Amino acid sequence: MTRAAGRAFPIALGVALAAVLTFLTLPVVAIFTEASPGDLLSSLGHDGALDALRLSLETSAIAVGLVVAIGTPAAYVLATRNFRGKALVTTLVELPLVLPPAVAGIGLLAALGPKGLLGGPAPPLVLETAGVVVALAFVSAPFYVRQAQAAFESVDPSLLEASRTLGYGEAATLARVAVPVARPGLAAGLALALGRALGEFGATLMFAGSVRGVTQTAPLAIYERFGTDFTAALALSAVLVAVSLALLLTVKLADAGDLR
Amino acid sequence: MNRRRSRGLPALSLIAALLAAMGGVALTGCGGSGSGRPRLTVSAATSLKAPLTGYAADFDQADVRLSFAGSDQLAAQIRLGARPDVFASADEDLPAALHREGLVDRPVRFATNRLVAVMVAGGKVRRFADLAKPGIRIAAGSPSVPVGAYARRAIAALPQPQRRAITGNIATEEPDVAAVIARVRGGAVDAGFAYVTDARAVPELRTIDLPVQVTAAYAVAVVRSTKHPDEARRFVRGLLAGAGRDALLSAGFGPAAP
Repeated sequence: MTRAAGRAFPIALGVALAAVLTFLTLPVVAIFTEASPGDLLSSLGHDGALDALRLSLETSAIAVGLVVAIGTPAAYVLATRNFRGKALVTTLVELPLVLPPAVAGIGLLAALGPKGLLGGPAPPLVLETAGVVVALAFVSAPFYVRQAQAAFESVDPSLLEASRTLGYGEAATLARVAVPVARPGLAAGLALALGRALGEFGATLMFAGSVRGVTQTAPLAIYERFGTDFTAALALSAVLVAVSLALLLTVKLADAGDLR
Repeated sequence: MNRRRSRGLPALSLIAALLAAMGGVALTGCGGSGSGRPRLTVSAATSLKAPLTGYAADFDQADVRLSFAGSDQLAAQIRLGARPDVFASADEDLPAALHREGLVDRPVRFATNRLVAVMVAGGKVRRFADLAKPGIRIAAGSPSVPVGAYARRAIAALPQPQRRAITGNIATEEPDVAAVIARVRGGAVDAGFAYVTDARAVPELRTIDLPVQVTAAYAVAVVRSTKHPDEARRFVRGLLAGAGRDALLSAGFGPAAP
């Protein structure tokens, strides 16, 4: 009885792993097998599919660039200072991580739409490329800031102390000591934020709309095509799978760098 | 310490390379659109995708950017302050309402379309009456989008038992006609209510005429706040008589006067 149970359990473990693996990889595999590689490639060439990919890359790069520029010092503050309400601030910064994208879209419209809270002074964003950048920055920022905060927290405080006693100012300590030491963690955060930005769908659709060549990013182009041109939707999806895989590998590399 | 720092470098340089590549792409992207022509944003009903894509590409007075979605969503965007230059709707009510609100110029009818039942050839639905059979799953547009409103108008004209049965068989309410077609084509439902032009564009679909014919009248209007009123009006005129009208007719749309 016990011996039988002893054998059954490892088998159950194996079955569970196989089930998880099959379930999670099947949709990705199906993207590549549903249409022939030639069809996938040729459908990338027409009807603005490449425009959508280009727009996705552009807006994601700009949004994540802004997030890194502003998020790095913000994360440094959260990592190295203690102040009242810090837990609350951290929670608020992380909130978009769990917010449904549709809620993000409605929130952005209510805040920055032409008739929103700041709609008067804000530049036109709805149906404009700038609106896509705003939506992507909103959803991807927490991924970077959270990771950057953890990376800065794991920097040995005595290093920062030594830098200050050597006469470096706070800015130089951040730039010359904290950022280089925390680099692997920052890189992982950046890759995660890029991945989230490239995959953004709901907030972009609701806030920026789906104007071809202006606000229609690759995920929106996939949605527009799934009814009428399934092959084109598959082709765009295949490209996004490749990009996502590259980003994931980057995170893994960064993690490996962090551990050693 | 030194080791740890150097380990992080490959990952970072990989990201730097990725960002540089994106930046390069972004720069070339910006250079491409500087043709000097004004940019015209046209918000159009999803069912207009095929004809308008062709017409817009050949429209030489402006660089036309198309935004396709359910007409109700496009109207909602305009109410929320979005400013396309032209609004082409799959009905006359939405642009008329926007006109009353002072957001668009007087709308004009520019095309007609016909609502049909669509299904995959060889499926469970062969005749219109099959739609009322128990267990049949039907996709319709949601009531707020014209393709859904027309479907409900068609169903309302049926005799009571059939009306109730078909209404009960509606398994999903989709945001636009492309989503209805996608559900039918993907096998998620047995049939759907869509425009004859959409069904025509997908080879594996067949259509059944409705017992009471429902005609969809499409109206277009120039958005009041447009910065390019001349080009916007010219674009609309082309839909009434010209290359736009030709594209509509060859995609299977009917002329504006039914």
